[in-house]
Amino acid sequence: MSDAKATPGPTQGAMIELQAVHKWYGDFHVLRDINLQVQKGEKVVVCGPSGSGKSTMIRCVNRLEEHQQGRIVVAGIELNADMKNIEAIRREVGMVFQQFNLFPHLTVLQNLTLAPIWVRKLPKKEAEETARYYLERVRIPDQADKYPGQLSGGQQQRVAIARSLCMKPEIMLFDEPTSALAPEMIKEVLDVMIGLAEDGMTMVCVTHEMGFARTVADMMVFMDRGEVIERAPPKDFFANPKNERTRTFLSQILTH
Amino acid sequence: MADIAQDIPVVRQAPPPRSTRALGWLRVHLFSSVFNSILTLLAVGLLAAAVPPLVRWALIDAIWSAPNGQACHAGGACWAFIGEKMRFILFGRYPADQEWRPIAVVAIFIAMIAAACVRPLWGRRLAVVWFAGLSAAFLLMAGGLPGLRPVETGLWSGLPLTLILAVIAMLFGFPLGVLLALGRRSRLPAVRGICVGYIELVRGVPLITVLFMASLMLPLFLPAGVTIDKVLRAQVAFILFAAAYLAEVVRGGLQAIPKGQIEAADALGLSYLQRTRLIVLPQALAMVIPPLVNTFIGMFKDTSLVLIVSLFDLLGATEFALTDSNWQGFAVEADVFIAAIYWSFCFFMSRYSQLLEREFNRGKQR
Repeated sequence: MSDAKATPGPTQGAMIELQAVHKWYGDFHVLRDINLQVQKGEKVVVCGPSGSGKSTMIRCVNRLEEHQQGRIVVAGIELNADMKNIEAIRREVGMVFQQFNLFPHLTVLQNLTLAPIWVRKLPKKEAEETARYYLERVRIPDQADKYPGQLSGGQQQRVAIARSLCMKPEIMLFDEPTSALAPEMIKEVLDVMIGLAEDGMTMVCVTHEMGFARTVADMMVFMDRGEVIERAPPKDFFANPKNERTRTFLSQILTH
Repeated sequence: MADIAQDIPVVRQAPPPRSTRALGWLRVHLFSSVFNSILTLLAVGLLAAAVPPLVRWALIDAIWSAPNGQACHAGGACWAFIGEKMRFILFGRYPADQEWRPIAVVAIFIAMIAAACVRPLWGRRLAVVWFAGLSAAFLLMAGGLPGLRPVETGLWSGLPLTLILAVIAMLFGFPLGVLLALGRRSRLPAVRGICVGYIELVRGVPLITVLFMASLMLPLFLPAGVTIDKVLRAQVAFILFAAAYLAEVVRGGLQAIPKGQIEAADALGLSYLQRTRLIVLPQALAMVIPPLVNTFIGMFKDTSLVLIVSLFDLLGATEFALTDSNWQGFAVEADVFIAAIYWSFCFFMSRYSQLLEREFNRGKQR
């Protein structure tokens, strides 16, 4: 195992690099030979049928899942079993989950300041200022003292996005951020994500929101059965998908 | 609770008036069906049979003062016995001229427990208060300072001994139990093995045998001349026992934490210790308050088992008081009296736990 430095490397070039990544759940081959590069500021949207390994793939980027073969480098840090490297990568990578995963025993403000205070070692006051700034940005400044259980799903997901942003990450991962939301709340979350994209955040989103993908993505990635089947800029991807499986998938989700 | 819906301009209808007449209430709550009417009548009959004799025994026919036991057997309860033996039941064999010391210790314990119930005090300040309080209580009981005559632990008895054994068993058993619970879920096989082995071993053995072993067998294994204080031995047995039981309660809470909570903490870069302390334990412990307090209440009453290794806790001192040949045959009065003491402490724990539960669940309401 190589002994990479636990400090972020030069900010030029690939923010995320996956080389020949494989993963198995028992005998089941969930990720097969994944190769992916995400440049700084690039927005990548990953789509594909359920069980295709897209969530597993982005969860490998911050080691919520462990890959068994291949190489992953994030923000210049090699991802290996070294806990120091893993924690260094997690400081630079924000993640938004399908189920929000807010901490129900803490207020919204405490959810936002927890990691900056304990991980970044910011003074409480500074962390709270940052938190209020991001609450403003996700348009719920007046909910700071409520508990997550008192908010709607859309509000909770926006708090979750703000919570990640408070760590000032280089990269944001979104794992089906709107799949658990009632239809009328999807837009408010997507709007926040679009705003984030406009600010130049490096983003990898697993989502079925193809309207969002068209607006925001620099690159579409289609996965099926653990493999990357096709990658293309959204214009080409939607206008003339090359692979048969991509065409089938797109026809299923675009005409439902 | 603030009603969010208040500022939404919606026309609301008042609910239909509820029948408030006494007869209506009776019909709904006591006689709503034939079966329920029978139950109600049975309950009333039971109360009518039990309450009047009890009141007659405990209050009307009771004897409140008597020169000796002979004169006290005439009517109902002999509360004169309690008056006569109160000092001994509460403080046992502790030197009578030093009685203010155990009284002060009980006061210190009650004050510390009260302080621990005030949530804004939770934190470093409370730890300091408790450290000071426990040190002061120990110095008062043991003495040895100028002006404080030394009193050997064999004479510590009654309520102070019960409080010391119970509170310290909880104080040290709880963190140990949390560590055991975390260890039992550890990924390291050695840590997990030790924790599982310990918990299963201690839980599988009656507390009495552990107390016996600690007080009778342990000295046999120690080199000649080395002795460990008897109270300390019982105390350690209680701590180890409490830890094993509390560990299983805490584990229940740990298992109920959704995986997403741990993933979110990991994704934010929190370390294992930070994650455990800030995310996992606060939620897990809040979830298991009822069984936790249940265990605490059980432990509090189990301290009375030290009777069998000849320590005179509240129950032991009471049993001893009953052997007075001038006052024979008042076991029921004595048991009612100390039962009331045990009950008030346990009832307090129970009520306080309900309050805590409500407070911790405040955020979860929609």
